[in-house]
Amino acid sequence: MSALPRAHELGLIGCHVCGLVCRDTQIDHAACPRCGSSLHRRKPYSCMRTWALLIAAFIFYIPANVLPIMRTVSLGDVDDNTILSGVIELWQKDSPDLAVIVFTASIVVPMMKFLVIGTLLLSAHRGTPWARRQRAALYRLVEFVGYWSMLDVFVVALLTALVQFGFFSQVEPLPGVVYFGLTVVLTMLASQSFDPRLIWDCQDDDD
Amino acid sequence: MSTTPPASMEHAQKAMTSDLLICEHCDTVYRRRLLARGDVARCARCHAVLERHQRIGLNAMFALVVTVMVVFVQANVWPIITLGFNGTEIHATLWGIIIMMWKEHSQVVSVLAACTLFFFPLCKMLLLGWLLAYGRKGRRAPGFRQLMVLLYYIGPWTMSEVFVLGVLVSIVKAHMYFDVTPDIGVFAYAALAVLITIFSSIDVRQLWEKIPESPA
Repeated sequence: MSALPRAHELGLIGCHVCGLVCRDTQIDHAACPRCGSSLHRRKPYSCMRTWALLIAAFIFYIPANVLPIMRTVSLGDVDDNTILSGVIELWQKDSPDLAVIVFTASIVVPMMKFLVIGTLLLSAHRGTPWARRQRAALYRLVEFVGYWSMLDVFVVALLTALVQFGFFSQVEPLPGVVYFGLTVVLTMLASQSFDPRLIWDCQDDDD
Repeated sequence: MSTTPPASMEHAQKAMTSDLLICEHCDTVYRRRLLARGDVARCARCHAVLERHQRIGLNAMFALVVTVMVVFVQANVWPIITLGFNGTEIHATLWGIIIMMWKEHSQVVSVLAACTLFFFPLCKMLLLGWLLAYGRKGRRAPGFRQLMVLLYYIGPWTMSEVFVLGVLVSIVKAHMYFDVTPDIGVFAYAALAVLITIFSSIDVRQLWEKIPESPA
């Protein structure tokens, strides 16, 4: 046994919901004696679920970027904005700092999530000991920043509610924002269903 | 607590494993150590946080939850942004936004906003308030088990902090064309974001241990 014993080596299971350390009774459908949730050594069907959610999120991500998310009507002038054009507008009109924040939240973070979760899944399949610490850190990062992508959705909602002067000026949400909102929710679900313990589940233990 | 150990499953379990701790990210088993103020225990294998020293007791947590409730009410009652145009003024409140999105055929967004900015935060506060109101007297609230599990699942879905940044971006965007002023609501939201940040260092799971099962 290594210096850092893992739960299954000691015949233990940590409850995923309440954290209680339980004895692994080897019974199917065992429940945590403290919170009543079912006990699992690993999140059930973690890879399959995560792949499904990630692919679904990616499918939604395409219309989210291609379709406009917001329409601005100003004195009969109709202007449709996509996520990227919204960032460019902010950059050009005296707020490059906010442009960077929105760019990070709406474009960098979702793209990073696809890449990171995809990489984690592929390496978990292969059971490679490659860069495990770094992969674990990436997973924690994705979990931590994930929900900040909702930023653009809230901005569209706020502007819609604010700017409503009929013909003179109006902001309307367009379908892109719905797809984007769904992308964010799906990527959050994907990162939650991935089990980081899989990163460490491989044969050799040279850490 | 009674002096004779009750024969419940939980207590039997506790005797065996209460001094152990399992890293949630890599399943490494540790023996629990007493943490001093400001200490954070990290996993030696994957470097994830195992446990933080909890300097806030149940009473202080309860006080914090009540404060969050007061601020939350303010954030929802007062307008967040006011926009002036040709003498007319439009005030946006959170519910105004939610209703507007529903009317503008973006029901999905409307539901998302209602859940992540209103219902889930509200649920979280009320649940914590309920659990702590009993907990500070050393008792488990009715439905403790189920509510603690519910709290765990709601956890990642509250997004008030993101909304604060959204308000800021909206103000700047609308300011290109209109006369925009932040309203009282936005200050309440800013205060809420600060309180949420304070709260995020508190591990709600400690309630399982801090509020013992009352002898039946």
